[in-house]
Amino acid sequence: MSAAAGDPRLAGARRAPRRRMRLSWSDPKLRTIVWQVVILGVLAAIVCYLAANTSRNLSARHIATGFGFLAQPASIPIGETLLSWTPSVDTYGRAMLIGVLNTLKVAVVGVVLATIWGTLIGIGRLSGNWLIARLTAIYVETLRDVPVLLQLLFWYTLLNALPGPRQAFHPLPGVFLSNRGIKIPLLEWQPSHIWVLLAAVVGVVLTLLWRARAARRQAMSGTRPAVWPIGLLLIAVFPVAVWAALGAPFALDVPALRGFNFRGGGTITPEYAALTLGLVVYTASYIAEIVRSGIQAVPHGQWEAAAALGLHRGFVLRHVVLPQALRVIVPPMTSQYLNLIKNSSLAIAIGYQDIVSITGTMLNQTGQSIESIALVMVVYLVFSLSISAFMNWYNAHIALVER
Amino acid sequence: MGSSTTAATAGATPARQRPSAARIGPAAWLRANLFGSWASSAATLVLLYLILRAGWSFIDWAVIRAIWQVPAGAHGPDTTICRQAQGIGACWAVVGEKYRFILFGFYPYAEQWRPALVVALFIALFIVSGVRRFWRRELALLWIATLVAIGVLMWGGVLGLSYVPQNQWGGLPITLILATFGLALAFPLAVAVALGRRATSLPAVRLLCVIYVELIRGVPLITLLFMASVMFPLFLPQGVDIDKLLRAQVAFILFAAAYLAEVVRGGLQALPKGQSEAADALGLSYWQKTRLIILPQALRLVIPPLVNTFIGFFKDTSLVLIIGIFDLMKSGTVAIAEPAWQGLSSEIYILLAVIYFAFCFSMSKYSRNLERTFGRARNR
Repeated sequence: MSAAAGDPRLAGARRAPRRRMRLSWSDPKLRTIVWQVVILGVLAAIVCYLAANTSRNLSARHIATGFGFLAQPASIPIGETLLSWTPSVDTYGRAMLIGVLNTLKVAVVGVVLATIWGTLIGIGRLSGNWLIARLTAIYVETLRDVPVLLQLLFWYTLLNALPGPRQAFHPLPGVFLSNRGIKIPLLEWQPSHIWVLLAAVVGVVLTLLWRARAARRQAMSGTRPAVWPIGLLLIAVFPVAVWAALGAPFALDVPALRGFNFRGGGTITPEYAALTLGLVVYTASYIAEIVRSGIQAVPHGQWEAAAALGLHRGFVLRHVVLPQALRVIVPPMTSQYLNLIKNSSLAIAIGYQDIVSITGTMLNQTGQSIESIALVMVVYLVFSLSISAFMNWYNAHIALVER
Repeated sequence: MGSSTTAATAGATPARQRPSAARIGPAAWLRANLFGSWASSAATLVLLYLILRAGWSFIDWAVIRAIWQVPAGAHGPDTTICRQAQGIGACWAVVGEKYRFILFGFYPYAEQWRPALVVALFIALFIVSGVRRFWRRELALLWIATLVAIGVLMWGGVLGLSYVPQNQWGGLPITLILATFGLALAFPLAVAVALGRRATSLPAVRLLCVIYVELIRGVPLITLLFMASVMFPLFLPQGVDIDKLLRAQVAFILFAAAYLAEVVRGGLQALPKGQSEAADALGLSYWQKTRLIILPQALRLVIPPLVNTFIGFFKDTSLVLIIGIFDLMKSGTVAIAEPAWQGLSSEIYILLAVIYFAFCFSMSKYSRNLERTFGRARNR
């Protein structure tokens, strides 16, 4: 409307008189207001009716409302925790926190692995090798058309069908595959390791500074100083040198068979392994299609033009094709990440104690169903919104800047 | 759940093919496609080795050493030979013994022709709805008639059919009912929400629609199903009890509608604004405009992504297993919980995967065909 006001062709036209709202059904403004009031009114009435029912039902069942129960001690047995957990001493609130961390543990590892695996499959579908292209196509078609819940159950059964600790598979020294999970050696933490970590951080920072300097030099002189030898020196050699200077402190906590079970080392439980593996394998089939269509969306002329400029293939991929493909890839990728996180709630079917599973137990013990489910929903909404926000920021960062 | 992306990917152009300089013939084809470079040759050889090894051990397990029948024992079938062969050969006898239970659950054995007919009716309905020649008003009537017929067949109690209470239903009909009724009822809701989200003159309605869509899409289906199984009963007045399947169905409709609404909104946004302005210029009212001009074109644009969303929901019906509804997945897991057949889960999971795959794959094949036809019309 405001654009029309400035239009010179309308200068001579008579402006419509400003009307006040008429109390008539033929006035569109009044109509919209009436409709909205009616719709909101009906909705409010329904909500009030349900709320009244709920409070009556709750009082009939002697269930107190409110979040006070979160401070009560919980007797939920939790097998896998990142925080310390003592049943019947620690509170429901802490149990939920452990659940959130367990969900995050699956989500973060799952997103990273699914991205890598999905990208490999997606590139494989475009391979000139007929066998690779066919196999990856079959992978994508098959896994997308079978419910993820069924896949999770399948992986879980498979991992539980592994032999017991005494006949465990022993593919690498210190690594055992058995029905108790995957046992891996852990690095024993020593105080001097902090210096090595610090050296690595310093190395990364210095490399980034050097890269920025190289870019400035390139903008000024046209030649780009090599970045990777300095980077290798700073990120890999420097921390190793610090470690060696400190006397090379190193000890491994290697799992070993004692009696009927393993002692020492770290454990990846069958539940966690099945859930992560299932989600990665399933989500990768979607990511592969996104990557493939992203790469195909870049016109072939871009490759040819870059080749005509004498750029080599890796450079073209990194600086010409990938930046354009990413614009197509990032938005659908976001929804796949969100799907992976939401699908991690299927943990409950195979007994991994994520937020949904722990809250389910909590709900059964306390009867606080409304509060529990609301809390879980809030947790997932926070996950979803923060990932969306981050991916939107990244998308804006890589978007085409038009004049 | 992840069907929105398939819409984006499926529109991609097929890979370019460069004219091959080599002569035609199988040897040239092999050289071009399998042994193009030393890296390609190495990949081919390694993959061939892996495929042959994995394929052989699968055939060995699934066919050569498989057990197809078990003798009858004193208390039901005698599964000792299956137990001995575990890990060496498949026991397909479990499928022969249990397929009726997996497909139809606890439905009275003598009456199981009824759910079988229901499944056939569903499939016929899907096929008829897929043919473009039948896309007309009468199709809605056909849907209503078929769904009523399905209700009559499942419940019975009329026309000389014995009454079967809902808690005895199970297996594939439950999966199909959840998916079909869910989508049939979610679709009108989704269109309404999508229109509401674009109603600029109704800010309150718009806000409501945005909150609904974003809230539902932000949480997993599981939490909604939990809501249906433990929270809905609290909402109802005392003495009123809705059965579990119906509650799950409601949760499923609310869930599906939010996702479908986003797909429909995509179609509404893709429609040029001139269509709406031209309709206004003709003096059509809002509802006339929406019914006659906007929706027919917008919905047509989004049919392929809609089918992809349907595939996602068909797979998602399996989640009702977690709240204990007897769908295909649940009857499959219950079948192998029986002591005699315990540990034979791979065979049953393969059977379930094949059933789900058959439905989803035919839908995705269909959606791709449709896309190609529409694309041809557009790229003419």
